[in-house]
Amino acid sequence: MDLFEYQGKQFFASYGMPVSPGEAVTTVHDAVAAAERLGTPVMVKAQVHTGGRGKAGGVKFAADIDAVRTHASNILGLDIRGHVVENLWIEKASDIAEEYYASFTLDRSAKQHLGMLSAEGGVEIEAVAEQNPDAIAKIWVNPVDGLTEDQCRRWVLAANLNPDVTEQAVELLRKLYEAYTAGDADLVEINPLIVTPEGRLHVLDAKVTLDGNAGFRHDLAPFDATQPRDGREAAAHSKGLQYVGLEGSVGVIANGAGLAMSTVDAVNQAGGRPANFLDIGGGANADVMAGALEVINNDPDVRSIFINIFGGITRGDEVANGIIQAMDRVDIRSPIVIRLDGTNAVVGWSMLDPYLSDRLVLVPTMVEAAEQAVALAQGSAP
Amino acid sequence: MSIFVDENTRVVYQGLTGSQGRYYGMLNRDYGTQVVAGTNPKKAGTDVEGVPVFATVADAVAATGANASCVFIPAAGVRSAVLEAAEGGVELIVVITEGVPMHDEVCFYNKLKADYPGVRLLGPNCPGLISPGKANIGITAGHIAKGGGPVGIVSRSGTLTYQALYELKQKNIGCTTCVGIGGDPVPGTSFIDCLAAFEDDPDTEAVMMIGEIGGSAEEEAAEFISAHMSKPVVAYVAGLTAPPGKKMGHAGAIVSGGKGTAQAKMDALAAAGVRIGQSPSEAGDIMAEVVAAL
Repeated sequence: MDLFEYQGKQFFASYGMPVSPGEAVTTVHDAVAAAERLGTPVMVKAQVHTGGRGKAGGVKFAADIDAVRTHASNILGLDIRGHVVENLWIEKASDIAEEYYASFTLDRSAKQHLGMLSAEGGVEIEAVAEQNPDAIAKIWVNPVDGLTEDQCRRWVLAANLNPDVTEQAVELLRKLYEAYTAGDADLVEINPLIVTPEGRLHVLDAKVTLDGNAGFRHDLAPFDATQPRDGREAAAHSKGLQYVGLEGSVGVIANGAGLAMSTVDAVNQAGGRPANFLDIGGGANADVMAGALEVINNDPDVRSIFINIFGGITRGDEVANGIIQAMDRVDIRSPIVIRLDGTNAVVGWSMLDPYLSDRLVLVPTMVEAAEQAVALAQGSAP
Repeated sequence: MSIFVDENTRVVYQGLTGSQGRYYGMLNRDYGTQVVAGTNPKKAGTDVEGVPVFATVADAVAATGANASCVFIPAAGVRSAVLEAAEGGVELIVVITEGVPMHDEVCFYNKLKADYPGVRLLGPNCPGLISPGKANIGITAGHIAKGGGPVGIVSRSGTLTYQALYELKQKNIGCTTCVGIGGDPVPGTSFIDCLAAFEDDPDTEAVMMIGEIGGSAEEEAAEFISAHMSKPVVAYVAGLTAPPGKKMGHAGAIVSGGKGTAQAKMDALAAAGVRIGQSPSEAGDIMAEVVAAL
């Protein structure tokens, strides 16, 4: 899960890395109060899960309290690449002499951790990687051995940072690696990592993605609570469903992530637009099916529902029973197209047979079912 | 023949006494798999429907000659369970458990590679593997698989694997071994490991490969196929229309920065001479053509 900048900085600070004092606020009034406590000048920074905040006017320098008020009221509610700003981070402003870049993430091909360090920070690292790849010093760290001090120092020297900050950089990057591994992060990125005019290394921005699978050894609840979810996603999340909201009109329910992705593809290939990705997992019982149908039914854009189930261990008769019971509990607005195949599919079909109508259609193959669901969503039943 | 597992594979189930371990362990035994032991340090000396339970994998190996392990331990315990299995002396470790933290996966992957290079790890977050008629380890429904070859299957997705097995069976095409490598970021066994094993297996004459978005495993497989495979490969890749930056269920299935798209994967595979199906059933139809032409 992606953290806001201020959460990322708090995360880094807990591993002993130098960040600026600041406060997270949600109103102009609180922004002004925070700036008064911190003392101007401050930075007023939009907290959103997307890049390009600066260009969109979401990061402003405020020399005095009046400027804080102006910027805070302009930035709150601002739409940055589809993300509406609800949170601000008010931070003591820093003077900048140099800007670097530092990160750790998993290199899936090498199956080791990849550290990247560059003296050319402050801009998008993808641009540096493209235009001047030699400006990025890379290091691969075997997780069994960890990042040794010697290895880290060689890496810092290879990046051609200001020699005056070499030892500070070694110390900070080892803490960054510690935060990455001990904190169960998928990504830790500092851009920019600055040198102040006084020669101090300092974390000026923080991008952190934590591994949701590590919730059994970290308290992720505060971060989970601030995840941006639309109403549909929040409802699905509370039911424990694997749901991703999309923009279309065909609601999708499938068992297994691969089949659910494949179903989304099939709807697109049939000329329609899926409203969502929803994986109900292996056990398609009535409770899960009812929950899934409820979430999709509450999506006002949905015009048809495509249930695509392949029975492996999951049995077709159980799935059919789940659908029948779920329809009893939820008043479904949209017509349903079912493709049910695999184990005990024939039994499932005969169970569904008495319920079939123009509102509940059984179609033998996935491709045909997708076509039918798309036709129904577009209001032209074939 | 088959790859990785056959009728001589003797399996210890770590977590046999839990609900999932017991359910699938017994299904695997009913299928004909040699389910020889379970482990649970608190229940050593007991049994699960006649299968003896030991405190550790090492004890189970010593007493029963187990040479493979299947892990149904909850995610928090998987790291130590995998290391215990490797230390215990099995040659194959199949981890069904989903939700294992990335840092645990990358750690035990590298630990095994360094200290137990002869041990094969499959998973985590995978359905397991089946050599139809010989052994079924994991959660694949055995009855949807037809044995005898000539097709080998390797897949990142569970349900699509079952579908591939089922479609081939409907077409009366048998399978030597079907390996679900799982959708996690650090899979213990890769596409390439399976492709190489199928290339060496005399009974496998063609390979069905099922990929999905995220990472570069399919692209790497394409390079391997181009350089080393003489047998025909048919592929399907899920997630062609997945929006960038959205996680689609599997920890691994995400498109980021224009990398790891289904289209890029299909293009790489097609360039390596692989025939691509636009849907799972089209891939099945293509495989039927390939098998008919063998």
